[in-house]
Amino acid sequence: MTEMTLVQAVNRGLEEAMRQDPDVLLLGEDIGVNGGVFRATEGLFKQFGADRVIDTPLSETGIVGTAIGMALYGLKPVAEIQFLDFIYPAFDQIVSELAKFRYRSGGQYPCPVTIRAPYGGGIKGGLYHSQSTEAYFCHTAGLKVAIPSTPADAKGLLLTAIHDPDPVIFLEPKRIYRSVTGEVPDGDHRVPFGRARLVREGNDVSVFAYGAMVAPATEAAEALAAEGLSTEVIDLRSLVPLDEEAVVASVEKTGRAVVVHEAARTCGFGAELSAILAEKAFFSLRAPIARVTGYDTPFPYALENAYLPNAEKIVHAVRATMKAA
Amino acid sequence: MLDAYRWMVVARVTDERCLSLQRQGRIGFYAPLSGQEAAQVGAALAMQEEDWFFPAYRELAVALVRGIPLRSIFDQLVGNSLDVSKGRQMPNHFGFRDKNIVVPSSPIGTQITHAVGAAMAARRRHDPIATIAFFGDGATSSNDFHAGLNFAGVFGTPTIFLCQNNQWAISLPREKQTRSATLAEKSNAYGFPGVVVDGNDLNAVYRAVSEARARAVRGEGPTLIEAQVYRFGPHSTSDDPHRYRSDAEVAAARERDPIQRLARGLVQAGVLEAGAEKAIWETARGDVARAFEAAEGAPAVDALSLFDDVFETRTPQLEAQRSGFAAGAGSGGGTP
Repeated sequence: MTEMTLVQAVNRGLEEAMRQDPDVLLLGEDIGVNGGVFRATEGLFKQFGADRVIDTPLSETGIVGTAIGMALYGLKPVAEIQFLDFIYPAFDQIVSELAKFRYRSGGQYPCPVTIRAPYGGGIKGGLYHSQSTEAYFCHTAGLKVAIPSTPADAKGLLLTAIHDPDPVIFLEPKRIYRSVTGEVPDGDHRVPFGRARLVREGNDVSVFAYGAMVAPATEAAEALAAEGLSTEVIDLRSLVPLDEEAVVASVEKTGRAVVVHEAARTCGFGAELSAILAEKAFFSLRAPIARVTGYDTPFPYALENAYLPNAEKIVHAVRATMKAA
Repeated sequence: MLDAYRWMVVARVTDERCLSLQRQGRIGFYAPLSGQEAAQVGAALAMQEEDWFFPAYRELAVALVRGIPLRSIFDQLVGNSLDVSKGRQMPNHFGFRDKNIVVPSSPIGTQITHAVGAAMAARRRHDPIATIAFFGDGATSSNDFHAGLNFAGVFGTPTIFLCQNNQWAISLPREKQTRSATLAEKSNAYGFPGVVVDGNDLNAVYRAVSEARARAVRGEGPTLIEAQVYRFGPHSTSDDPHRYRSDAEVAAARERDPIQRLARGLVQAGVLEAGAEKAIWETARGDVARAFEAAEGAPAVDALSLFDDVFETRTPQLEAQRSGFAAGAGSGGGTP
C-alpha cells in the first residue's frame, strides 16, 4: 500500500500495465515528453520510450482511429483524450468503429482499446473543459464505461479496463485528481467492473453517485447523520456494466433513492437508474425517486458552482424524499 | 495473369447476378464494382500473404484474389448462418480474419486511420509487412483521410493508400469533390509520394502498388496511389445514376473496360487464345450461380445470436434481455 493522489494512481496503473505486458502502449496529445497536461503519464516516456508513449498530432479521430488499428493487430493501446470535451472529433470512430468491431465481424475482430479522458466540472474550465457526457457512451452498445472515485479504484479499474477484451471508456474525475489521496495497493491491483462500492451503509435512504460526486454525496450523508438520518451511499464504479443487483437491493432496504450526477438531467445516467428502480424496486419505494444533477444548460464558466451538484443540494433532495412519505 | 483475368470476370459476373438478385428481392442490397476490377486485382496481387487489408464495401475482387471462396462471399451477401460475420451487416461489408481482410463499416474513410494504426502495431512487433487501405474519391474529403495520411506521414508508417477514383461519389462528380488537380497530389501536404495510375491497366496498378509496398517494408514510409477508374454501375442498388450523369459518358467509359483491355493484352501475349474468353465467362456464370444457390439454401441465422459478440462475455443486462427475448417477452427482458 502506498498513499497517493488519484492522478498518481492513474500513473501507477498505466506503469503497472506496461510492465506486465509489452503489447500495452499509450498514445495521445502531449503525453510523452510533457507527461500529459495533468501529468497522468509523467515519467512513462522516459521509462518506456517513444515507441510506447506516443505523442500524436492534434487529432482525436487520428488517435482513436490508429488505436483501433493497433488493437485489431493485437496490441492493447491506451488512448488519452486530453479532455472529454474534445472527444467529439473521434465520436464516429468510437461509435461506428470501436464499439461495433467485435459485433460486426461476428467475433473475428475484437477491439480492446482503452480510452482515458478527464471529465467533469469544478476546475473553472468553462464550457469546453468541464462536461460530463458519459451517457453518450453508455447509450452505445459495445462500450464499457468506468469512472473511479478513489485513488485505489483509479488504479484498480484502469488495470481492469486495459486487460478487458473489449473497449472501455475510462473517465477520470479531474476535479479530484489531486484533492483526494488514499492508500493504493501496490502491484497488479484490479477492481472488477459491475460491482458497486458500498461507501457508507444506511437504512433510511440510498444515494447513488459516481466519480467526483461520491464525495459530496458522502458529505451530505454525514450532515444528515447529525439530524438522525441514516443514509446509504453507493459508488457505482462502472456504468456499463452496471451493478443492478446492488442498486435494487439497496432501495429494497431503504425504500428511498436519490441519484446524483453532474451531467445534465435529460437522458442522463440518472434517468436510466430511475427507470431501473421503477421497473425492479417499485413496490419497495416509499417516495418518488429524486435526481440531483447538472441543469439542462451548457456548462457555465462563472456560475459553475451554481450548476454543479453539491452536498447542500443532495441534503435538500434527501430531506424532500423523507418528507414525501 | 490468366488468374487475374478469371478473378475480374468472376467479379463482373457477380455484379451482374447480384443486381438482378437484389431486384428480385433475394438479396437486400448490392454495391457493384464494375469498372474497378483491374485496380482491385492489380493492387491485391501486389501485396503479400501476411499484409493487412482495410477495404471499403466495394472490394469484392480483392477478396477473390486473397483466396476467399465465392461461396463465403455469397454467405455474407445473403446473410445466412454460415456467414463468418453471422449476418450482422448489409451485403458487401465482408471481412475475413484468416486472410487479414478487416471488416469494413459504412461510414466513409474511417478505415484509413485503422490501416495506419495497424502499420504502427506491425512495426512495434517488428513484422516486415505493409497495410493497405482502399477508399474512393469521396473519402478524400473525410476527416479520417486527413488524420490517417497525416499520422502516416508523421510516423512514416508502412501503409499504402489506394484511392480508386471512380469519378462519382454517389451523385457528386470528382471535380466537385475537391479543387485539387489530382487526388494523388494531396500526399504532398503530408510529406510523402503520391502517384496517379491508369486504373484500367492491371499491370500499371500492379507495378505502382508493388513499388509502394517495397518502399513501405524498406521503412521509407507511405504512398498514396490514385487509380483512375470509372464506376460503370450505380453507387448501389439504392440509386439511379440517370439522375446525375449521361448515358454517353458511361458509354465512353465502357470503351475503356479494364476486362476487355486485359483480354486483348493476354491474346496479344499469347497467354489466352482468341475466343477462349467465352469459356471463362461461362465457367464464372456457373460458379456464381452455384455459390448463390448454395448460400440461399443455407440455414438462417439463429435469433439468439443477436446477443452474441457485443462483448466477449454478455453483461448481466444483455443476459436478462436475451432471456426475455428467448421467453417470448420481447425486448424488455427483466421487467417483473
